[in-house]
Amino acid sequence: MSHEHVSNTKRIWFVFGLLSLITVVEVILGIYKPESLEFTFFIGLNLLNWIFYILTLVKAYYIVWAFMHMEGETSGLRWSVVSTVIFLVLYLLFILLTEGHYIYGVFKDSTIKWNF
Amino acid sequence: MEATVTTANNEEKTWGGGNEPLKASYGKMMMWFFIVSDALTFSGFLAAYGFSRFKFIETWPIADEVFTHFPFMHGSPQPMLYVALMTFILIFSSVTMVLAVDAGHHMKKTKVAVYMFLTIIGGLIFVGSQAWEWKNFIKGEYGAVETTGGSLLQFVDKEGHRVAIADFAVKLPEQREALSRSKTSWFMEDAQSLPPYTVAEVQAGFKARPDLLIRTEVLTAKKKKTILSREDSETRLGQAKYVVEGANLVRNEYGSKLFADFFFFITGFHGFHVFSGVIINIIIFFNVLLGTYEKRKSYEMVEKVGLYWHFVDLVWVFVFTVFYLV
Repeated sequence: MSHEHVSNTKRIWFVFGLLSLITVVEVILGIYKPESLEFTFFIGLNLLNWIFYILTLVKAYYIVWAFMHMEGETSGLRWSVVSTVIFLVLYLLFILLTEGHYIYGVFKDSTIKWNF
Repeated sequence: MEATVTTANNEEKTWGGGNEPLKASYGKMMMWFFIVSDALTFSGFLAAYGFSRFKFIETWPIADEVFTHFPFMHGSPQPMLYVALMTFILIFSSVTMVLAVDAGHHMKKTKVAVYMFLTIIGGLIFVGSQAWEWKNFIKGEYGAVETTGGSLLQFVDKEGHRVAIADFAVKLPEQREALSRSKTSWFMEDAQSLPPYTVAEVQAGFKARPDLLIRTEVLTAKKKKTILSREDSETRLGQAKYVVEGANLVRNEYGSKLFADFFFFITGFHGFHVFSGVIINIIIFFNVLLGTYEKRKSYEMVEKVGLYWHFVDLVWVFVFTVFYLV
């Protein structure tokens, strides 16, 4: 192991506090669902869901960077893992969600009725 | 030792092997790439969930109405709380895991063992919680009926509160008993156990209670389920074909059939990961106790299983958002 190891217990507990705090915020928002957020849309997604997704990505960042110690790896390893996943996931989501939305339109607008 | 912890090549032989351009040992790097592929499997599941949800966007069940159970709080619905607790348990077991890795870097055997043990306990509690959640999901709470067209009808009172089928269905005399092997020939058996009420019993009970209305799967602009008028309710109930109680892979009382399928597959696949993580952690825990890594002078094995364990936590963060929040 080339990089030396200083004890980072302090940082671990800080990240734990942060992740817990984010989860608490998510749960409170999920229980109360403020109308001003739920019914205001920004690029096809309501603000509440934007908040949920962004907080999820923040949590994921801290888990990977602090707990899985990605911040201590070389940038080569970092890029080969993270960029691969991000690119393929975005690609998969784009294709499947577009397709799902299209099929929704087909069911809604055409004479096919599947559920009545 | 050579097989698990490769040592850096000090002589400048680029193609001679033993190089570590990424400054990570072989095992650790392979764990990372396994995680990449596993992450893509989970992404496939979650993207497929998104696909089906977008396809049935107007009729998808509302998670807050489905997952409302909390231990010892029977009767009062508590959306989010139980799954939030499960999330905390998993995050905390992630913390003890990373503390074990940290202690391993300082070669503190006892500390590693204690933290590994706590991680295992956390994992077991999580799997147990998931089992309890599954039990509630499978058992169901109110019951519903399915029409010949495949849509699901639920029952509410005048205020819009859900009413369980058991509370209003009447008992009619002619009843078919479920076939069981003890009563018939060995090859005759009902594929599924019969629901406790027949469609006719539900319809008769509904007729006797004028305050009841039917709630369909269709979401309104305010993201609530549509409640029909009494006349429409009676017409729709006339098309009923099955009484659905609880959930299985064929149909469920919460709404879209795919909702239960994805719930079982995604949380099941995740729960399976947690379970195998616990098993691997136990193996490593015993290796720590036996002093295997003390002899190896490196606790990197703890770090590798730690990566896997954090990954399981990472997946749960996404499952939590996609299934319970959004």
